[in-house]
Amino acid sequence: MTSPIIEFQNVKKQFGELALFENFNFSVEEGEIVSIIGSSGSGKSTLLRILMTLEDIDGGVVRVKGEPLWHMSKGDRLVPADKKHLRKMRNHMGMVFQHFNLFPHMTARRNITEAPMRVKGKSRQEAEREAMDLLALVGLQDKADSYPAQLSGGQKQRVGIARALAMRPEILLLDEITSALDPELVDEVLDVIRNLAKEHSFTMLLVTHEMYFAREISDRVCFFDQGRILEEGPPDKIFVAPEKERTQAFLNAFISA
Amino acid sequence: MELSELTPILLQGAWITLKILCLSLPVAGALAFIAGLTRLFAPTPLRQMARVYIEFFRGTSALIQLYWIYFVLPFFGLNLDAMTASVIALGLNIGAYGAEVVRGSVLAVPKGQYEAAVALNFTPWSRLWRIILPQSLINMIPPFGNLAIELMKATSLVSLITIGDLTYKAKTLADATLQVGEIFGLVLLIYFVMAQAMAFLFRWLEARLGRGLDRGGLRS
Repeated sequence: MTSPIIEFQNVKKQFGELALFENFNFSVEEGEIVSIIGSSGSGKSTLLRILMTLEDIDGGVVRVKGEPLWHMSKGDRLVPADKKHLRKMRNHMGMVFQHFNLFPHMTARRNITEAPMRVKGKSRQEAEREAMDLLALVGLQDKADSYPAQLSGGQKQRVGIARALAMRPEILLLDEITSALDPELVDEVLDVIRNLAKEHSFTMLLVTHEMYFAREISDRVCFFDQGRILEEGPPDKIFVAPEKERTQAFLNAFISA
Repeated sequence: MELSELTPILLQGAWITLKILCLSLPVAGALAFIAGLTRLFAPTPLRQMARVYIEFFRGTSALIQLYWIYFVLPFFGLNLDAMTASVIALGLNIGAYGAEVVRGSVLAVPKGQYEAAVALNFTPWSRLWRIILPQSLINMIPPFGNLAIELMKATSLVSLITIGDLTYKAKTLADATLQVGEIFGLVLLIYFVMAQAMAFLFRWLEARLGRGLDRGGLRS
């Protein structure tokens, strides 16, 4: 078996006095699609934010492609990562946010081309050609010149996905990407992810409240409770025959909602 | 004296006022950005220096600052002519207020914008230059407009270090003719017209800068 693409080893994370993760272990295989479910405050989003280097850790090691994310090797010791190391590691990951976080002063196209041009040094021509391909992929080629304010929530999020894909990440982090959308706009966003999932060309980690969707596309589902993975397994097991009472209660609450 | 004789003399003074204003505005603007961004992003010692500058020039009288630069600095071997001293003093004073405007506007950009820029692996410099500043600039314009008018009014202080600005001309004319009503009435009017012109200019600037951003949804 190859080594996992993402590995959390005894990770500790606290917010002030409050410990969220303590001896937290978690790993994801390359190409795997993992859904993370659980109630709010259970650490789901924090997990993604640690991977995207938006939150640091207070102990343990996180490895991405075998390399420590928040540390650097110095001899045989690990020292805290410097900015250069973090910038290098970030290249492996892309993130789509709950509130889209599109740049409001740029058109959809510019939102997508800006990072490939500034960060990867691509030519405008190349970046724009790729942006148009990505916009076509998410079904928005006719919105290239629209500003975010002129787009619906679902369209904004599809641009958000295209923007993340433009950096060609190997790991795609999706943080409640449909939670801020009106119900009728959810499907157009999920369809895009469905298509990406079919190809299995990314490792995907998604925090979601869309249970049916999680069941449909995931290889594995993790139920988070108070900073721990209380239960995990293939979707059919978690959704059909969860073992733990907390998992049952959580899923029941969803079905009856 | 007739109004037709008073007006040209006062307008001469107004011209000097305008000149000082136009010279000290860019000084204040540059200082506002330098000190504001230093206070936010520079290493700690520089950050502290920016803070001291801001607090000191906001917290002391503009007139005394002007006196210091014009009357006291020569004792330390630095002789500035009245015009230069005025431009520096006013620029430093309003720049300190402007620095807080810059700082506040940058901080007002939603955190998600910064996070998206990190996730896309922009360098800290590109984050600021490409993502944060373009969005905060529009928020700076109205308070900058306010400060520009403050600066214009503060120029009257230079009359106390021998510069023949509008206020200086008004005082000398009033002393000579005792026509205080007409003269100071006229002076008020001239200052007011200048302030209105500036308010108009900044509103225009705001609308112009906002044109793309209106579509971008930064303002409703």
